[in-house]
Amino acid sequence: MQHDNNSEFEAAVALHAPQLQQSFAQGDLQEATRIIAQISRIRERTLYLEVGRLTRELHNAIIDFDIDPRNPHAQEMSQITDASERLQYVVNMTDQAANSALDLVEKSAPLVTYISYEAQSLTADWQRFMRRDMQADEFRLLAKRIDVFLLRSLHDSDQLSANLNEIMMAQGFQDLTGQVIKRVINLIADIESNLLKLVAMAGQVDRVAGIEHSTEDLRKQNHKKKNSNAGEGPQIHADKLDDVVTDQVDVDDLLSSLGF
Amino acid sequence: MKILIVDDFSTMRRIIKNLLRDLGFTNTAEADDGATALPMLQSGSFDFLVTDWNMPIMSGLDLLREVRADDKLKHLPVLMVTAEAKRDQIITAAQAGVNGYVVKPFTAETLKDKIEKIFERVNG
Repeated sequence: MQHDNNSEFEAAVALHAPQLQQSFAQGDLQEATRIIAQISRIRERTLYLEVGRLTRELHNAIIDFDIDPRNPHAQEMSQITDASERLQYVVNMTDQAANSALDLVEKSAPLVTYISYEAQSLTADWQRFMRRDMQADEFRLLAKRIDVFLLRSLHDSDQLSANLNEIMMAQGFQDLTGQVIKRVINLIADIESNLLKLVAMAGQVDRVAGIEHSTEDLRKQNHKKKNSNAGEGPQIHADKLDDVVTDQVDVDDLLSSLGF
Repeated sequence: MKILIVDDFSTMRRIIKNLLRDLGFTNTAEADDGATALPMLQSGSFDFLVTDWNMPIMSGLDLLREVRADDKLKHLPVLMVTAEAKRDQIITAAQAGVNGYVVKPFTAETLKDKIEKIFERVNG
């Protein structure tokens, strides 16, 4: 479909070129002018058709994306707004999960510290008892401490296993955020293919109108020097990029090569 | 030993704070951006700075440069803990005067190792 108008224009040029040459050779200027006018008419018609189609496509794309600002429901319907909200949800969920895991780790640490500290102290005294290096009243005290320790260990290990369970449950965010991110990825793929269609359409208009864009200039515009102070965030394909370190060993090697 | 932890994500600040506590450093303060960290450094007597690179208002690299340019702060040891992993970036940080560089994700051992190395060098 897209190429019909274009090929009509190209066919007209191909068809009339020899006639034009012939009429020039024969010195028939009137005939030559007539042929030029005819080619020009076909070019204009093609151009109007292409611009018309581009406009329609643009309109459809705007409807597809639901980003028409004149639409009173644009805010609620916009898939872009929706995607932003979904990604914000991912940020919130990951934040919540990380914080609840950290809370539980912080709650568990003192329990482990107590068990480790008291077990060490009891072991030392117990060894003294085994060496028969202990008075009877000292042993009564030790027996009481062991009693307290065993009771508390029972209680604390229950608490620790409950905390570990909760930490595990807090990882459930991965499932939910994963689903949301996949939907956003699909939306981006849709948008990209729609935009590519528009670009192809605009390319048709350019061809008929004879407009050429310098790709060199476009590339230069895209390559505006990035502010290196701002940082780029995590590298996604660190192992495939030469200018990126893959792990701490690489960092240490690089720094030691600089005299660190 | 008073340590300032600068990162725009509160969870990362908590993780670093917990790791530092395990290493015996209990006197820590937090800032969520280079812009809020700098006045804290200038008014408080901090002995050590742990900073992220990528932050919304003032980056960790700019914070490092401000620290090195400040007569009172220029000898403050600075450890960068960041996801920035480009070779040029690490070289830039080294040239700006960073004392250690840890890439995220990192382990408790890496952080411990780098902090100990920095103190060895500072004290040695």
